[in-house]
Amino acid sequence: MQFGILVNEGPYTHQASDSAYLFARTAIEKGHTVPRIFFYHDGVNNSTRLATPPQDDRNVSARWSKLAADHGVDLVVCVAAAQRRGINDDVLAPGFRISGLGQLVEMGIQYDRLVTFGD
Amino acid sequence: MSDMDEMDEGSGIVKKFMFLNRKAPHGTVYALEGLEVVLITAAFDQDVSMVFTDDGVYQLMKGIDTKGIEVKDFSKTYRALEGYDIEKLYVDQASLDARGLTEDDLIVDVTVLAVDEMANLMAEQDVVISF
Amino acid sequence: MLHIVNKSATERSSLESCLRMATQGSAVLLIEDAVCAATNGNAAAAKIQAAAAGLKIYALGPDLAARGMTGRVLDGVNVVDYGGFVDLVAEHSNCQSWL
Repeated sequence: MQFGILVNEGPYTHQASDSAYLFARTAIEKGHTVPRIFFYHDGVNNSTRLATPPQDDRNVSARWSKLAADHGVDLVVCVAAAQRRGINDDVLAPGFRISGLGQLVEMGIQYDRLVTFGD
Repeated sequence: MSDMDEMDEGSGIVKKFMFLNRKAPHGTVYALEGLEVVLITAAFDQDVSMVFTDDGVYQLMKGIDTKGIEVKDFSKTYRALEGYDIEKLYVDQASLDARGLTEDDLIVDVTVLAVDEMANLMAEQDVVISF
Repeated sequence: MLHIVNKSATERSSLESCLRMATQGSAVLLIEDAVCAATNGNAAAAKIQAAAAGLKIYALGPDLAARGMTGRVLDGVNVVDYGGFVDLVAEHSNCQSWL
């Protein structure tokens, strides 16, 4: 089954991006596919490579990048939400790309399920 | 608009999308950014319903004036939805009642539903996105 | 339909809104702070137990454990892991997150 995932909150303040990551990883482990994850609202803050969390904490953006590299997950950051929050191509971690809301709507149209994680 | 350029207009699939608005405007960005998704979804020729329940009913208040908080007033956009062929606007009766509001307080024409009607409407959707 | 609730029932109204709109036979999964509603003696316990008569109630085990609530789950609530979460989404034709 194809799952689309929508992440609406940034890392570290809310659990949403952790829950979304664990859901995505588990779905893939169980043989489903997660073709795309869309980051909206403050969720766009998941995409910056400039974050440097302490060594003993998880690195949220690096974890997303690894998921993209290992499983071909398309990590899409909403352009309008990103521009509001100072996220652009210069700060993106590997595997992320900036695009329009149409990419989110397409997930709803094309995939079997769309699961939202937010506050 | 960049979103329009990348639209896959040839897919031909029409799904039922429900956008559930449960938050008041301005305290958080969800109402405004949610509205942007609704407009794009309609541009993909999908079957769009907008639902306002809980504090989401405050988004539709007449007479909103945001000058004093120095943010954009997007409440007029709800009036423009018809131009995007978004005509299914539903409001939860109990949510109006719990806030001392009636249909007359709202900026657009809506269909007011009882909770069981709203529940059935939600259950029959393909995609539900809550902002 | 699968309803997903992630907010504490003693802080927000999302659980209440969800239970009001969930049709007979649908499933409710509690994750993140919402799992505490599914534990013995908390203020929302009666609501959960009443709802369990017509709905299937699930709570995410890793979130219960992360809050020290593993041993306190109400009768009638099914504890699932992330694999169970994925299965629930797959088994139901649609889902709604009560953010």
